[in-house]
Amino acid sequence: MNTPKNLKYSDTHEWVEFLDDGIVKIGLTDYAQKKLGKLVFVNLPLVGDVIAIDEAFSDVESVKAVSDVLAPIDGTVVEINEALLDAPGMINDDPYSAWLVKVTVISENGELMDSGEYEDFCAKEE
Amino acid sequence: MEKKTPLYDCHVEAGASMVPFAGYLMPVQYTDIIEEHMAVRTKAGLFDVSHMGEVMISGRDALKNINFLFTNDFTSMTDGRVRYSPMCNPDGGVIDDLLIYRISEGRYIVVVNASNRDKDVDWMKSHIFGQVTLEDISDSVAQIALQGPKSKEILAKLTDINGLPEKYYTFAETCDVAELKCLVSQTGYTGEFGYELYCHADSAASLWKALIDAGKDEGLIPCGLGARDTLRLEAAMPLYGHEMDDTVSPLETGLDFGVKLLKDDFIGKSALIARGEPKITRVGLKVTGRGIIREHCPVFIGEEKLGDTTSGTFLPYLNGAYAMALINKSHSEIGTLVSVEVRGRRIEAEIVPLPFYKKS
Repeated sequence: MNTPKNLKYSDTHEWVEFLDDGIVKIGLTDYAQKKLGKLVFVNLPLVGDVIAIDEAFSDVESVKAVSDVLAPIDGTVVEINEALLDAPGMINDDPYSAWLVKVTVISENGELMDSGEYEDFCAKEE
Repeated sequence: MEKKTPLYDCHVEAGASMVPFAGYLMPVQYTDIIEEHMAVRTKAGLFDVSHMGEVMISGRDALKNINFLFTNDFTSMTDGRVRYSPMCNPDGGVIDDLLIYRISEGRYIVVVNASNRDKDVDWMKSHIFGQVTLEDISDSVAQIALQGPKSKEILAKLTDINGLPEKYYTFAETCDVAELKCLVSQTGYTGEFGYELYCHADSAASLWKALIDAGKDEGLIPCGLGARDTLRLEAAMPLYGHEMDDTVSPLETGLDFGVKLLKDDFIGKSALIARGEPKITRVGLKVTGRGIIREHCPVFIGEEKLGDTTSGTFLPYLNGAYAMALINKSHSEIGTLVSVEVRGRRIEAEIVPLPFYKKS
């Protein structure tokens, strides 16, 4: 399992990368994409949408099912990764490049995990 | 507590994800649904369908009984033939859809959906008459489906191909496959060329392993219920509980070919006649907008609701999102543009001919 050290992780399998200027990138972890299987559709929010911790801001679909993507922080969407709309499989191919949204942070959930903690968390889920 | 098929250990060993389905723990996928789906379309796939039910109907009055219980006509059927039929309730709704194998005069095997097995057996038992016996042999029978263009080449390594059924919907009652006694039919639920092999539950694991080994070079892989569902949907084959149920008539869901209204009395006949020309029909939808349509989504033209989807997903071989729906016949013309509400959002779709996929 691939869990880059520079990222933070939620217990619902989203990764968060803190950029400069209070902006974060959010994506789905390698563990999540493996569990979901090959993704065939991604539904993203609109720029300007406010997202809230533990609430769905996006959904991704495999052949099997649709799954919500939950917000790991509170914030406002400033950019969406439009390339994913035509090629959702990018999330499977390279989950840490295929970010879903960029968000300006309103507030942070202090409970995000670092890579080591997240690896332990996934091991327990298995 | 779910039951296990005789192949349960084979699936776990192969790393399948096991899920409860129709009272059994069944493999939903081994590696990836799309990969398994594509294997069946281009090479071959192997399915455990031992959860399906098998019922033996035999006796002097067997033919009379099946002609009364089921909507199709079996009068002209000869040994070694398979026929599809709905089984209706007195209101003309579908209790189940099934396959009937004629072994010999007065001896038939009926293959029923796993989820309907007990209901079907109870129903049939309470409606048989005359000199006939009905025996649920499901627990002693395993069923393995070998599907895909390479199926014959694979079976040829394990059996004399002269003994295999040559035509679609025919079967050979006794084939030795890998030295195991099987009934082999040229049938399936994928829209692809292939066979279904019935054997004794005790032989199932040996047969499964022999087939997997024999098919390695041809690209055969085990496939789960996930791929079985996407394959049957791509081929627009109806599934009980989706495209039909005890309120939907077989004529409404496009199964006219399995209903013979001109034959003698059968259960549901008078209701089917009384219901008249169907007002709803089964259609295919191709998503033209963005998104994936699943089952139970309302279908609209503008604000007028036409009906609901019955199955839908992303179809791997066609590489697009498709669905089937039961809608008003008056708006069912090919090319009609509709919108389908999925989780509060409208997705544009077009009515297209069924099946979505037909093997070349």
